Amino acid sequence: MVNVNQNAGLDADRPRLNLNHEKITLETNGLNLYYGDTHALKNISMQIPSQRVTAFIGPSGCGKSTLLRCFNRMNDLVDSCRIEGEVKIDGEDIYNASVDVPELRRKVGMVFQKPNPFPKSIYDNIAYGLRLQGVKSKRTLDEVVERSLKRAALWDEVKDRLDDNAFGLSGGQQQRLVIARAIAIEPEVILLDEPCSALDPISTAKVEELIIDLKESYTIVIVTHNMQQAARVSDFTAYMYLGELIEYDDTAKLFTNPGEKATEDYITGRYG
Amino acid sequence: MEEHFHQHISRQFNQELEELRKDVMTMGGLAEQMIADAVMALIEGESARAEQVIENDHQVNQMEKQIDQQCIQILARRQPTASDLRLVMAIIKTVNDLERVGDEAEQIAKMAIRLVSRDRPRGNYRELETMGTHVRAMIRDALNGFARLEPEVAIALKRQDQKVDSEYEAILRQYYSYLVEEPRNTSRILDSIWVARSLERIGDHAKNIGEYIVYMVEGKDIRRATVEEIEQSLGESE
Repeated sequence: MVNVNQNAGLDADRPRLNLNHEKITLETNGLNLYYGDTHALKNISMQIPSQRVTAFIGPSGCGKSTLLRCFNRMNDLVDSCRIEGEVKIDGEDIYNASVDVPELRRKVGMVFQKPNPFPKSIYDNIAYGLRLQGVKSKRTLDEVVERSLKRAALWDEVKDRLDDNAFGLSGGQQQRLVIARAIAIEPEVILLDEPCSALDPISTAKVEELIIDLKESYTIVIVTHNMQQAARVSDFTAYMYLGELIEYDDTAKLFTNPGEKATEDYITGRYG
Repeated sequence: MEEHFHQHISRQFNQELEELRKDVMTMGGLAEQMIADAVMALIEGESARAEQVIENDHQVNQMEKQIDQQCIQILARRQPTASDLRLVMAIIKTVNDLERVGDEAEQIAKMAIRLVSRDRPRGNYRELETMGTHVRAMIRDALNGFARLEPEVAIALKRQDQKVDSEYEAILRQYYSYLVEEPRNTSRILDSIWVARSLERIGDHAKNIGEYIVYMVEGKDIRRATVEEIEQSLGESE
């Protein structure tokens, strides 16, 4: 079943977010997801614009990470998981049987809560994806490593020790390294699942600044427990609760004058 | 000190604060020009100039709304703390005073239009011209102090405001005697009193802005303190 009411939450007659002037990269239509008997995502229909930062906020268990993982089919790894409805990237349904999942994940990069560098050198971490694609030229690899580290605002800190093990970096540096690794293979979308929750405030500020820089080239979706972070970095914010999309709007609007009482209660700390 | 507001890791936040400070200066510059034009319109008897002041007040009102909106966005999205919070707070209060300055200038302009058709007094409102020059300079000093983050300007403004208050009282006394001496000019004199009153209030607003600058820079609330108390308070922090 396809829900025609795009970008709305519970209430069909509420004015919906107008994305007419945006190019849409990601889209879900009537998306339902079940883990066994648990109905984890309920009829989610939304559009996510290109080259913008879109944040998902909501209490633990609201489905925001589950929704994020639908965009690169990470939920396929969960046996009991069943999906109904559509998830599209650039208009193509990614749950279609003909979709090449590794290719999808190349196009849709992901960064997790805990930095997960490979137990390799800084250089090899960045070059890993390209080598996997068969790139052998030392010159190309050098170029991509430098470019990616620069884009991730890490180059100046590591350029003299590219051969050192990535585990020697601080948590904040590791997280930027992982982001550099994600952008080395030129994805279209970057999914960030609580990328700063293990970082100190200064590293967090650096990663946030990086996120804002990266939206020039990529579509960014970020899940965060920290709603102030959503307020700082995102252009659009979606508030989710118990598997439902309650409200989705301009971040400027959602944090000053939300349309739903449930959103207001959550962002003002009146929830629960 | 000005550099201080450009040092956030978030460049966007730096830009937002910079823009905000620039907008306050633009709004203040406009209000200052309105005072000059309104007084000039009165002295020269130019209704067109006065009409322009009334027109410009819409723009000042609009800027107050726009700057408030920017401040609300910063409060909601950046959760500013310490000096950033004080800056935003001081700006919200400053634009409120600047908007009132615009209203007072508009009021003077309205009086100027009414007075165009009446006989001009012997001194051609020289006393109001002098007072106008003083309060306009106060607004300019307040804006400069705001731009350069100089809390000392508050002391100077407080002193100047006391002078303007005495000037106002002297003008009132003079006008009261005119009321007795020249009953046929009663309406003109009453209108002139309104002008003096507006100018006196502009001085108050400039003094208020000085107080916000101290709050912004030093984190101290010096409202209703005496000049000596303010001096002592600023001396302590050096």
